[in-house]
Amino acid sequence: MTAVVATPPRPSVLRRIARLAPYILLTPGLLWLLYFFIWPLAQMTLMSVSSGTLDTGFHVTGTLKSFSDALTKFGTQWGNSLLYGGTSTVLDFLIGFPVAYTIAFKGGRYKNLLLFMVIAPFFTSFLIRTISWQILLGDEGPILAFLKHTLGIVPVDFSILYSPVAVISGLTYNFLPFMILPMYVALEKIDFRLLEAAGDLYGSSWQTFRRVTFPLALPGVFAGSILTFIPAMGDYVNAELLGSPKTRMIGNVIQGRFLQSTDYPSASALSLLLMLGILIAVGIYARALGTEELTG
Amino acid sequence: MPILAATGRDRIARSEGGSGSGEEENPARVTDVAVRLVQLTKRFGGDTTGKRVATYVDGAKADDTFLAVDHIDLEVRDGEFFSLLGPSGCGKTTTLRMIGGFEQPTSGLIELKGEDVSWLPAYQRNVNTVFQNYALFPHLTVFENVAFGLRRRKVADADIKQRVGDMLELVELPGYERRKPGQLSGGQAQRVALARALVNKPAVLLLDEPLGALDLKLRKQMQVELKRIQQEVRITFIYVTHDQEEAMTMSDRIAVMNKGKYEQLGDPEVLYERPQTRFVAGFLGVSNLLRATPDGPVDGYAVYRLADATAVRVPQQLVQGESGPVAIGVRPEKIRLSEAKADVAPGLNRLAGVISDASYLGVSTQYIVSLAGGGSVTVYEQNVERATKSELWTAGESVQLTWVPEHSFVVADEGSASNAAQEDLS
Repeated sequence: MTAVVATPPRPSVLRRIARLAPYILLTPGLLWLLYFFIWPLAQMTLMSVSSGTLDTGFHVTGTLKSFSDALTKFGTQWGNSLLYGGTSTVLDFLIGFPVAYTIAFKGGRYKNLLLFMVIAPFFTSFLIRTISWQILLGDEGPILAFLKHTLGIVPVDFSILYSPVAVISGLTYNFLPFMILPMYVALEKIDFRLLEAAGDLYGSSWQTFRRVTFPLALPGVFAGSILTFIPAMGDYVNAELLGSPKTRMIGNVIQGRFLQSTDYPSASALSLLLMLGILIAVGIYARALGTEELTG
Repeated sequence: MPILAATGRDRIARSEGGSGSGEEENPARVTDVAVRLVQLTKRFGGDTTGKRVATYVDGAKADDTFLAVDHIDLEVRDGEFFSLLGPSGCGKTTTLRMIGGFEQPTSGLIELKGEDVSWLPAYQRNVNTVFQNYALFPHLTVFENVAFGLRRRKVADADIKQRVGDMLELVELPGYERRKPGQLSGGQAQRVALARALVNKPAVLLLDEPLGALDLKLRKQMQVELKRIQQEVRITFIYVTHDQEEAMTMSDRIAVMNKGKYEQLGDPEVLYERPQTRFVAGFLGVSNLLRATPDGPVDGYAVYRLADATAVRVPQQLVQGESGPVAIGVRPEKIRLSEAKADVAPGLNRLAGVISDASYLGVSTQYIVSLAGGGSVTVYEQNVERATKSELWTAGESVQLTWVPEHSFVVADEGSASNAAQEDLS
């Protein structure tokens, strides 16, 4: 063993491989990102400052018309995106935190079963789940039919489907697991003795929660809301299936520009602005929540 | 007690009303006792709430019922440094956790300064705890950690600033206010944990093996430090440890616990010089235990015969009234070695033996001596008169062992049963 190690050439080869190992391991991922993210992003950026049509071809002209269109023409859709995405994120937090807390602290031996139930909906297609909400929220669906005919507390012509409420319901439902799981992870790793220490130092259950449990869960709340807000903000399926032309989100506009009117420059500009907007929002959010303080 | 929370005071007032007139007749007695445990018992595993915490206790089987604390009666005096000493699984931590309010007793009472707190939650008890792994809040600064208890009790900001500052001074960490626990060394975190508990001026401070995670040198240093701080603040400390030296260094009194009960309670000297049970003799320091049978009293001494009929004398007043076979104990440093044929002063206990092993330990030399009558004893000899190798006893030399009868102690010889028990613990 020692003799093998002592011979000069072999360790140097091994050492060189060992030194390169991190890069070797990174290469597949980097190539993937380069080809499927960086390159399309660059293409999209160029496209956003181009003009032309699908028939005549697009040429980079340096025009910023697409950006000014994107910012001025779609105020309602930008607003809808922000409102629906934000509302569903807040709702997901309000619904998800108690769930994550209960599983983490009271789950006992049912923890894994409960976690499985949280992600179980993912075994069904996203589209099917969203379409089934059309039935759930339908004018004569199980909820409204019960309220209208059995209880009679809701007027017969009342409708939820194709309203903002329906879109927000769908978004909230679809992204709930993304909120619950990171919060569960953060809560689960809180040292039980810290809660005992808070009680020992005269903290009531509520004060212990407010001063110790919740602050320590904040990284999970942060991660969960990012994971919920970003896809919810850019989503178009829920607005498409559960909404009406009035509830169109910016995702629907981008989809329409790309696939229906083939106005690639305008679609690219909208996509870039959406990305930028989300980055800024996340930046502000990170500042406000001070997550770097927590990890320090 | 102005710092006692109002809700706690109300409840205590109510429970006090029901506890009879005995306390009014003798109010001084009440204030003398910081903590009184009456038939305190904890059984784990019988209910679901006990199960989860049972995994904290070494030796507990989560799926079994397990008597962690077995009908303990105990009084801790006001202002003393009291230690619960015992091997892991003996129930010392569970006892402490019940006093702190983290564990509900299965039965029995806990009185704090004469008031029944058995059913008060932790946050309503005028008791603070220094946890084994410090349990500092990682998201708060040192200042906010120490101020945590004061803030919960709505102490004024200026007052908090003053008291936290004073406390950090006391634990010798001034200027550390803005640090986060992650930026502290183990010893510093330990001091912050101590300050965080002490700043509330609790009636009793509970310490759960607080030095367990520190290295030996720092531990020794912190022992002295803890004792100094305790004397400075004059708060009752109840200290849980499995380290007998640690307990002896700091404590005014020690309760040696085994299997959910305490076997003996007393000053460190008494426990060391006059252990009353085999377990205590073995757990505190090294004991030589020689099986013997009683052979009647002579001149105020009880005489015992070893297996080879050698007589050993013990002062009559040290005999606890054991009947049947006993074990005569003597500490290794009490035994003198001399040449086999040397004259020995009359009145000393005397045994013959052969050195079977000698280990030079620096401050002393440890000899293992095989006795003529079977068995072996350990002897420590200070390296004062003899220090160089040529002057030390060597293996194979015949020696006689002598000691003053007053240095003996007698414990009941539980024989094989007690051996089995000790194996169980290790």
